[in-house]
Amino acid sequence: MSAEPSVRDLKRRLAAAERRAKLRAFLLVAPLLLFVLLSFAFPILSLVWRGVYNDTFSAALPKTAQLLRDWDAVSPVSEDLCRDFVEEMREARKINAATPTRVATVVNREGSGSLSKIKQMLSAKSLGAPYCDGLAGLDAEWAKPEIWRAMKIVAPPFTPRFFLQALDLRENADGSIRHEDENQSIHRMLFARTLTVAGAVTFFCFLLGFPVSYLLAHVETRTSNLLLMVVLLPFWTSLLVRTTAWIALLQQNGVVNDVLVRLGVITDEHRLVMMYNMFATLVAMTHVLLPFMILPLFSVMKGIKPSYVRAALSLGASEWTAFWRVYFPQTVPGVGAGCLLVFILAMGYYITPALVGGQSGQLISNIIAFHMQTTLNWSLASAISTLLLAGVLLLYWLYTRLVGIEKMKLG
Amino acid sequence: MKMTTTKALLLGAVGTLALSASAARADSLTVISWGGQYTKSQTEAYQKPWMAKTGNTIVSADYNGGLAEVKAQVESGNVTWDLIDVEPSEATSGCNDGLFEKLDPAKLPKGDNGADAKDDFLPGAVLDCAVGTIAYANIFGYDSTKFPGAKPTKVADFFDLKTFPGKRGMKKEAKVNLEMALMADGVAAADVYKVLATKDGVDRAFKKLDTLKGNLVFWEAGAQPAQLLASGEVVMTTAYNGRLFAPAVAEGKPFVIVWDGQQQVFDMWAIPKGSKKKDLAMDFIAFSTSTKPLADQAKYISYGPLRKSSAPLVGKFEDGKTDMAPNMPTNPANMGNYIVQDVKFWADHYDELNERFVAWTGK
Repeated sequence: MSAEPSVRDLKRRLAAAERRAKLRAFLLVAPLLLFVLLSFAFPILSLVWRGVYNDTFSAALPKTAQLLRDWDAVSPVSEDLCRDFVEEMREARKINAATPTRVATVVNREGSGSLSKIKQMLSAKSLGAPYCDGLAGLDAEWAKPEIWRAMKIVAPPFTPRFFLQALDLRENADGSIRHEDENQSIHRMLFARTLTVAGAVTFFCFLLGFPVSYLLAHVETRTSNLLLMVVLLPFWTSLLVRTTAWIALLQQNGVVNDVLVRLGVITDEHRLVMMYNMFATLVAMTHVLLPFMILPLFSVMKGIKPSYVRAALSLGASEWTAFWRVYFPQTVPGVGAGCLLVFILAMGYYITPALVGGQSGQLISNIIAFHMQTTLNWSLASAISTLLLAGVLLLYWLYTRLVGIEKMKLG
Repeated sequence: MKMTTTKALLLGAVGTLALSASAARADSLTVISWGGQYTKSQTEAYQKPWMAKTGNTIVSADYNGGLAEVKAQVESGNVTWDLIDVEPSEATSGCNDGLFEKLDPAKLPKGDNGADAKDDFLPGAVLDCAVGTIAYANIFGYDSTKFPGAKPTKVADFFDLKTFPGKRGMKKEAKVNLEMALMADGVAAADVYKVLATKDGVDRAFKKLDTLKGNLVFWEAGAQPAQLLASGEVVMTTAYNGRLFAPAVAEGKPFVIVWDGQQQVFDMWAIPKGSKKKDLAMDFIAFSTSTKPLADQAKYISYGPLRKSSAPLVGKFEDGKTDMAPNMPTNPANMGNYIVQDVKFWADHYDELNERFVAWTGK
């Protein structure tokens, strides 16, 4: 019988066709996948990597790094260590004149003042054996353990110190961990403030966005289209323009104060302080993020059949009960999506709060930008960013556990 | 007679410049500076005459200081900035880190009075990688309409909320503010950096700053202090002296500068390492730091030229009636109590103190 082979043949051809289809589908998606990998996954991985790995010191001064690792951070520094340090610095300078200063900058972060001592050492041409005494002759600091301890801390390429620092903890030369000085510690407080601000902004967005979405979903299509345009209009305006507009509105000589004075509500001497404080941050951020709340809410409400509420009313429920027990539960996927979107976006905000928030407008992202742009301590910036990312992922996980991701509706 | 020699020298300088420039074909140079009134003064005094002479064009862009962008460009090997206006501390650290080209001081022309460039420039104005243009001062200014009675005159008045109530503007950076706090707390100008080098000194500075807590608005760009004063958001603010002078004179704003405790800093030209137009940039540096352009710049902003030969040529503001000399940081009457910013100190302590300052501002 010839049926047997032809069935097998058919199966094979079918499988081949499926494979081809899968391959084609994969090739279609490949550019996007590659793009996501290159522009998203790879930078994030390199970010995490930078937070734990910094070989500025160990790459330039490998022997010194080894000796520092073996040193107990208490006993006097050995002559070997002094010699290798001086000689390796000189070697490094021959290859690239900028390397010693780069190393010194890294050391300086753990022991302030080390930079100029190391530079002084580099310019001392006559420095030779005995190296330790020679160094001490240049500056008495070299005879003390502090500067060597600072080097011991920065010597290992793999280090938890950036993550510790991101949590206001510091590593000691002997490996133990201490709290950052009271006047230098800021990260935990800023994480907490960022969470609070993001939470408050989400709450206000919900408070303002829910009625607007309700209105949008329940008026005629023509009116709702017009209103939707009004909601979206600020969306198409530059963030900076919107933020600056708030400054023009809220400042002491601004529109709001002028109107209030003109109306006689307040006197000229007692203009309201609405700029450069938490109030301004909350107002401006809520305004900027409002569309992210309204859009998912609107799309969910649009899909809710009016017959349910009508049925509830006809069965004797009060207006409130019908709304609260029948209508509102159906909007939860939209509420969840909107809140999650606004919250996550608010966590990463920094331009708006920095411009309008004054002293209170400093959030964790500002510190990340500060270390990226001003101190050039990219490792610390990476560590803080990674923690922020982990926090957002944790919240996302919590959300999926509590509300369920399948219930989220973005529009 | 003197006039003609000056002219002849100038013509000679012009001739050599024109020759060296015409050898290269017309090109464009990307020049990075601090924006606002300051960039305008450079455009009028340096850029326009240079472009007219050489036929090259200049593209101006602004930045707010710091070396992050230069570092990124140099490390990626894609250097698009040809010339950048920096402060001595950045000029020094950038030079150390290999971010700037080494410059040849022999290329700087003599002063119009015939003095050698190295004698003509003020001390510290010519570095390995940078050539100074002007000295500016960090001062504080106030809105005189807000204080009808007693006026602030001393650096300590900035911290005196009882006599002079109202918000203060301050740059979001440890530099300048810590020195100011110490001077206001009674430390003599000569001892400021000695005190600041100790832990107690730093604590003392921050303690003084604490007294302004809750009354501060921070600024970052040089143009902001004048805006903050004009909008009534603050009654007093630290600023670069030229940024308050211009609106006060040109627009008649009631801004008054307090010179007590002024902190002088130079502005300098540096060429990012690997600029494809290094020679052209050097040509522009030589031109712009010659006697006449430096003196001309004072027409547009009250910053003091760093060439001695420029000082006698400083005349009136562009309005034609305000004498510039009394408004210069380098005017003897304004230097009763002043310091020059210590580059070495800040190279050592910038990171540590700035981190503490940022922590302080966040709380």
